[in-house]
Amino acid sequence: MQQCQVCGKSPASVHFTEIVNGKMSELHICEQCAHDKGIQPSLGKGKFWISDLIAGMVDETAGAESERVGRVQCSGCGLLYSAFRETGRLGCPDCYASFGAQLKPVLRRIHGATRHIGKAPLRDHARLQQRMEKAQLHDELERAVEREDFERAAELRDRIRELESAPAPEKGGA
Amino acid sequence: MNGGTVHELARRPSRWLDATGAHSEVVLSTRVRLARNVLGAPFTHRAREDQLQRVLQDVVGAARGTTSLKDGVLLRMGDLPGLDRQFLVERHLVSHDLVEGSSTRAILLGPDEVASIMINEEDHLRLQVIYSGFQLAECWRTANHLDDELDGSLEYAFSEELGYLTACPTNAGTGLRASVLIHLPALVLTKQITKVLQGVSQVGLAVRGFYGEGSEVMGNFFQVSNQTTLGQRERETVDKLERVTRQLIEYEEKAREVLLRDARLQLEDKIYRALGTLRYSRSISSQETLNLSSAVRFGVALGLGELPRLDALNEILVFSQPAHLQRMLERELDSSDRNVARASYVREKLSRN
Repeated sequence: MQQCQVCGKSPASVHFTEIVNGKMSELHICEQCAHDKGIQPSLGKGKFWISDLIAGMVDETAGAESERVGRVQCSGCGLLYSAFRETGRLGCPDCYASFGAQLKPVLRRIHGATRHIGKAPLRDHARLQQRMEKAQLHDELERAVEREDFERAAELRDRIRELESAPAPEKGGA
Repeated sequence: MNGGTVHELARRPSRWLDATGAHSEVVLSTRVRLARNVLGAPFTHRAREDQLQRVLQDVVGAARGTTSLKDGVLLRMGDLPGLDRQFLVERHLVSHDLVEGSSTRAILLGPDEVASIMINEEDHLRLQVIYSGFQLAECWRTANHLDDELDGSLEYAFSEELGYLTACPTNAGTGLRASVLIHLPALVLTKQITKVLQGVSQVGLAVRGFYGEGSEVMGNFFQVSNQTTLGQRERETVDKLERVTRQLIEYEEKAREVLLRDARLQLEDKIYRALGTLRYSRSISSQETLNLSSAVRFGVALGLGELPRLDALNEILVFSQPAHLQRMLERELDSSDRNVARASYVREKLSRN
């Protein structure tokens, strides 16, 4: 039987598993240690997680470059990129634009994607849907050109032109 | 007034505990949460109190125009005694982060605790909808509708490229976290759980949970949720979780058949002994209560007779927690008093169900 990972004496009977981003962390401890550490088997959300999600996700560039990037500041709220690195929390909506170049690889690592394709606020839903569709078509076009599928590329180009010549929907219309 | 509300909550179980949803014997609850921020204030942790106060007012004002929250009750964390905050955490309504906040941190709670908004948590708004059993599509529909209604009077922080902008980039995009709380004792007992959970994680979902080995069942509850929010439509996120959950239910059912075939007597013995302890003990810890009620719940899923109803077992999971016991009895209890109170509550609950 497995020994407790905390005291190393008693058999481990409390097992905690967390799988995040395909990485599994496990903790095996005895009941006494679980109790002492305040680790309670609980439903759903607990206070205790093995890994803080964001740690290790923020890209650590080396040395001087890292220092330079750390001094990049948000034009909206003044947050330094180094502060984001420490806490994993951005300061305001503008941070996304201010740290655009730094965040892109972070977002890619977290989500495997860097472009939103879900719902949009109603106030400019139609306009945004159209623009997002266009952005997607552009992506697809790029890929079609890469794999030299020129027939598909021509179709996509036509579709983009069509969208561009269509009148922009009224604000607020959905 | 606030204390009164918590008092009311302590007298009746949340709607999501009623075990009326599909597959309630395996899936305890389904939850959808949407993270949103409004323009005009930094994210909560960087905002001043007056800015948070403004956000609070705006959100409460906007919620008055929605179907699910027009009659919502506002509970400001700073105004609540510690015990009541703990109560709300036990209730699955607020996070540990929120309860530590001042009176600009609040929860707006709709009827029957189905829909609610945590205000000024990590994000300005955390819309949440909880349903009993496995009801992902319905849960998403309600949350989406609430979001649309709020959107009419709030100006959300949104970018075309990155979607809804959130304090933590893990939520950017849809801001959607869909999750199910699922009970998988047969997979644990047949030692297939690690393999199954690894499979789940390979398709991009996150799993969290406690489980025990062989002889001592420990809860065996797992929370399965989507991990990513960018580059995927809400519908796809929900559908994927739906598919994987169905598969988990199927695996669990298959494992049950194997157990019934190979170890029926031992299983029955264990389950009815667990029930006996719950029914007759005079002092019981919360951990033992969780373990034993997990075993009894397993018996219900196996179709064994003369067991309590699922809603009673669900209720025990929530109401046997420390703040709930103290709120029900209206007095403070130390740990050993709580064990006695818990045993008495569980006995009473199971004598009637």
